[in-house]
Amino acid sequence: MSYDFKHSPAIDQVGIEERVARFNTRSIKKGTKVQGLKLALNMIDLTTLEGKDTEGKVKQMCYKAIHPHIAMPDLPTTAAVCVYPTMVKTAKDALKGSQVKVASVSTAFPSGNSTMQIKLLDTKFALDNGANEIDMVISRGEFLKGNYNFVFDEIASIKDLCKKYEARLKVIFETGEISTLDNVRRASDIAIYAGADFIKTSTGKIGVAATMPVTLVMLDAIKDYYIKTGIMVGMKPAGGISTAKSALQYLVMLHETLGNAWLDNKWFRFGASSLANDLILQLEKEARGVYFSKDYISVD
Amino acid sequence: MAKNETKKLEYFTDWKYAPAPEATDHINLKKQYDLFINGKFVKPNSGKHFDTINPATEQHISRIAEANEKDVDSAVKAARGAYDKTWKKMPAKERAKYIYRIARLIQERARELAVIETLDGGKSIRESRDIDVPLAANHFFYYAGWADKLEYAFPNRNPAPLGVAGQVIPWNFPLLMAAWKIAPALATGNTVVLKPAETTSLTALKLAEIIQESGLPDGVVNIITGHGPVGAAMVQHKDINKVAFTGSTTVGKWIQKAVAGTDKKLTLELGGKAANIIFEDAPINQAVEGIINGIFFNQGHVCCAGSRLFVQESVAEEVIRKLKDRLETLIVGDPLDKNTDIGAINSKMQLNKINEYLKIGVDDGAEIYQSSCTLPDKGFFVRPTLFLNTSQSHRISQEEIFGPVLAVQTFRTVEEVIEKANNIPYGLSAGVWTDKGSRIFNMTSKLRAGVVWANTYNKFDPTSPFGGYKESGFGREGGLHGLLPYLKF
Repeated sequence: MSYDFKHSPAIDQVGIEERVARFNTRSIKKGTKVQGLKLALNMIDLTTLEGKDTEGKVKQMCYKAIHPHIAMPDLPTTAAVCVYPTMVKTAKDALKGSQVKVASVSTAFPSGNSTMQIKLLDTKFALDNGANEIDMVISRGEFLKGNYNFVFDEIASIKDLCKKYEARLKVIFETGEISTLDNVRRASDIAIYAGADFIKTSTGKIGVAATMPVTLVMLDAIKDYYIKTGIMVGMKPAGGISTAKSALQYLVMLHETLGNAWLDNKWFRFGASSLANDLILQLEKEARGVYFSKDYISVD
Repeated sequence: MAKNETKKLEYFTDWKYAPAPEATDHINLKKQYDLFINGKFVKPNSGKHFDTINPATEQHISRIAEANEKDVDSAVKAARGAYDKTWKKMPAKERAKYIYRIARLIQERARELAVIETLDGGKSIRESRDIDVPLAANHFFYYAGWADKLEYAFPNRNPAPLGVAGQVIPWNFPLLMAAWKIAPALATGNTVVLKPAETTSLTALKLAEIIQESGLPDGVVNIITGHGPVGAAMVQHKDINKVAFTGSTTVGKWIQKAVAGTDKKLTLELGGKAANIIFEDAPINQAVEGIINGIFFNQGHVCCAGSRLFVQESVAEEVIRKLKDRLETLIVGDPLDKNTDIGAINSKMQLNKINEYLKIGVDDGAEIYQSSCTLPDKGFFVRPTLFLNTSQSHRISQEEIFGPVLAVQTFRTVEEVIEKANNIPYGLSAGVWTDKGSRIFNMTSKLRAGVVWANTYNKFDPTSPFGGYKESGFGREGGLHGLLPYLKF
């Protein structure tokens, strides 16, 4: 299918912001809230991406992913854990026997400033160690130069590799760096047409991470592709979503933009670390009617 | 990769929004309302009151006084007395203080006013809370600022008030229209007799209470209620200097005849059948959202509603598909629920009129598409409706329906769409959706409409004038222009 990325649909920023404001007036209460909180928990890619990460830290996080809150044993697990390639093996072992997937960042995360050869090796290393999902970054410099074919080919090459391992590919744009909504839309189209299974906003490594307007532009790109082809693509806002309220607002937006089929962790993820505990806090509040101390919730 | 050949988006989910009704226990309504004349609530001479109901439940809310000619006369006398004795003599900056105080009181009682507006008129609480009431307050704030600056607004022209203004307002934005009318009249030094629509008098009467509380001198604003004949008597009253009317074109024409041969100043804000035009380069997803809000805002009970959609043929399929999808996500139902997008039709009469037009559209051969939502058992509701494959000559493309009904046509060239958009007796508003700036300027200069929105729709602001061309009326409300109809030089 041919597609000219210079002519991605125009985006009207004011219109996007108004639509987001409208989603945020939705009032989510009672059963709807509890259901939404659990759904959000089940959509989390529990993430640690720091230079100071240790095996011990990753193991603790994996246990949290499977058992988010001991006092509520019926809670769903998170969707995945997200780590650096060197931690994939540790995570894989720690998650053995559970439904929780291992996602690995790759392609010289977070800057993406390396050679294609290195990026492929980086990805292959993660896949060889058992990663189920690859979170790659695009070359923002090339994108901003207008070198869209470069970005397309880069994604397609990584996708080819992922296919061999039956791993799913998430493509990170670092929307804070490509900045305009028109660029976000263009990057979304490039990634989707190059074979991304998920498109993802941010690395979480720079100041501006996921926002609702950016996510809405990406959801619209997914919708437009689906309307054309019938093929579903997933969405992952990452970074900056730390409260249950904000997570519910994202779910409202997802629900009213793409509908039922996407309300599942196969098609939507939150890249977050502290969100899980706020969801748990709110779930406890819904169950008890009062807030309780955060000290009852484990921090891993 | 999951591939779905039907390419259908399914919005019916297990994740349903639980009811989130706005509380009504904080509002204060009397069992019966009298006429507000000369600063006091007085019994109508007719001795009659009529019921006002909640259109969403058909339940009785309160009783409203039916004025007659004698009441009209005493209201006009009160307004004349207040004008001569106090209001025209008062320094402008003192007038401004009262207007400012009314604005503040509206803000203080915003929640109560929003709930009453929704109960009485059927509009969603989201709109009355976020749009009607804040805008009403803003109009008073804005015109409070003009009161002592009229000499600067119209330098060397000696602006002077007209005297008594008789104002008749419609049922679609009851409180907001009262604000649009009263605020500029007071700022320019006129006194007022206002008649709200019979189905939606409550917020105007609450405004009367606010006016009492503000300490505005007695008789400066009088509010009389009742049916059509009350308005007719007011328009024809000899001691009225200015008539301001917002409502249907039929009544507007009658009023213009009635004031012919008198020295009454007149402004009319009447019907509309606005064209919303999407070009192929438009930001389609945002345009679709704008089209939806353009027609379904306030159940389509908006004189500037974008009730005709012109979409360029090359993107028609995509736009129509997306409109249909969006229709499914509109929540129709209890107006008091904070999640409701489309509330109740204002009255049984209006419901019948809309349903009649739906039938006419189908009979004329247009293709009807409606949301699959379920409507409440009680109350006056209509499914949001699209008519596809309509012609310029269809009645649904020509006549104002004043309901949630959009007539869709396609076009090929710019000349064609300008001709078709202008080919209507109305000219209140229009919308243009394109990414190209030069095209926007070309369109705005050629569309014969009082307001043309570009890449947005239904935006209102006290600083911006509003009014029509052709059978949509004359005179402007809002902004500096909104002062003119209440002044002589």
